[in-house]
Amino acid sequence: MKIEADRDVCIGAGMCVMTAEEVFDQDDDGIVVVLEVEVPAEHADAAARAVASCPSGALRRIDD
Amino acid sequence: MTETIEREAPELPLHMRREGFDPVPEMAAVRDDEGVRRVTTSFGVPAYLVARHDDVRAVLADNARFSNAGRRAFDAPGAPPLSDAERERMRAGNLLAFDPPEHTRLRRMLTPEFTVRRMRRLEPRIVEIVDDHLDAMAKAGPPADLVADFALPIPSLVICELLGVPYADRVSFQERTSRQLDISLPMDDRLALAREGREYMADLVARAQAAPGDDMLGMLVRDHGSGSGGDLSTDELIGIAELLLIAGHETTSNMLGLGTLALLRHPDQLALVRDDPAAVGHSIEELLRFLGIVHSGIPRTTTEDVEVGGVVIPADSLVILALAAANRDPRFLAGGDRLDVARDAGGHLAFGHGVHHCLGAPLARMEMRIAFPALLRRFPRLALAVPFEEVGFRAFHFIYGLQALPVTW
Repeated sequence: MKIEADRDVCIGAGMCVMTAEEVFDQDDDGIVVVLEVEVPAEHADAAARAVASCPSGALRRIDD
Repeated sequence: MTETIEREAPELPLHMRREGFDPVPEMAAVRDDEGVRRVTTSFGVPAYLVARHDDVRAVLADNARFSNAGRRAFDAPGAPPLSDAERERMRAGNLLAFDPPEHTRLRRMLTPEFTVRRMRRLEPRIVEIVDDHLDAMAKAGPPADLVADFALPIPSLVICELLGVPYADRVSFQERTSRQLDISLPMDDRLALAREGREYMADLVARAQAAPGDDMLGMLVRDHGSGSGGDLSTDELIGIAELLLIAGHETTSNMLGLGTLALLRHPDQLALVRDDPAAVGHSIEELLRFLGIVHSGIPRTTTEDVEVGGVVIPADSLVILALAAANRDPRFLAGGDRLDVARDAGGHLAFGHGVHHCLGAPLARMEMRIAFPALLRRFPRLALAVPFEEVGFRAFHFIYGLQALPVTW
């Protein structure tokens, strides 16, 4: 599973960082940074939950 | 408790009516049977009430067709009409009254201040503030009013320090913001309070412009103020600060008060929050979901004809979102009328959804994660000091909560 983030859409709510901190971070402006574009299997569930809960719809998952 | 009843209060809109913690059965019926119902707002304006979890979420995600900038959302028949100039001045900086791209511009100035990392840096100070208030309660001895001694002062002090508002001014601004959000007060009075609030904040903003400090007002002046080549006007600065001050203490304080009462009514769940640090995160989300203290948030205005849950809502209609009822939708999760702090309540709408998702959510979560266990550990025998039936709920308030919570230990 891959993760794509649209940094122009992101509103910096930080839900993804709280849900899957191994996969997501925020830069100094609070905007999403994807740490693991290719999500390791052990973090896949958390990453999927983060995508589903993103308030702004900035995250997209691309399944292999 | 009797105060709000003796006043000639308007009839409560359906989405604000509760029985204790719960939305009234009629509200649940709208959600389960109709999905969308035509109603009349407390301002006497016709509106559409949307109650299902997936519908509410879809509306919140669609800021193009459901606008926050509709003028009628804030109009009240019978209230003195505002001049366009004053209306614009009162709206300036209020993130909740704008759509993208204006909203995005303001929100992007504030997101750096509310990152998860920034919030974690605040943690030691929040722990200290919580401990200080628990010490004071212990020293004074039981009984205590948990709202006045704990639930209100903690978030209030936190947002004051963060923003750069003198905590010494708390008595006046706490009373003002609380009354501003009380829908049983005449619109004229609430408008007067809003003007007073802006005057108070204008003074603080002027001081920050003269000598910007390390707080958020100082940061906004330094990074975005006109003095440093930024495009943030003084009216916008005032509006942002006023919104953050209100949102920062009216919300978390009601979660702490109402949440403690809910836990006292469920002693096994209280014990879990008190004794199991690993359970606290889920517990907070479940309390947010179950209590749904923000009944509805800001009404949206449709920008075109749009279908919601099989109902066509015409363009330029007001749409009210029943957040509390949606959080208990059986299509969203089973047994939603039951508090179960062990469940995964992820996906609840207590902080909203879409671009207006609560900016302060990371701060609110951190305050609650610290405050609930600290309170319950300091006073393991915490109990109601009055019968449950005598606890007064704030029925007419835009944000649900308690008037007071008498406790003993």
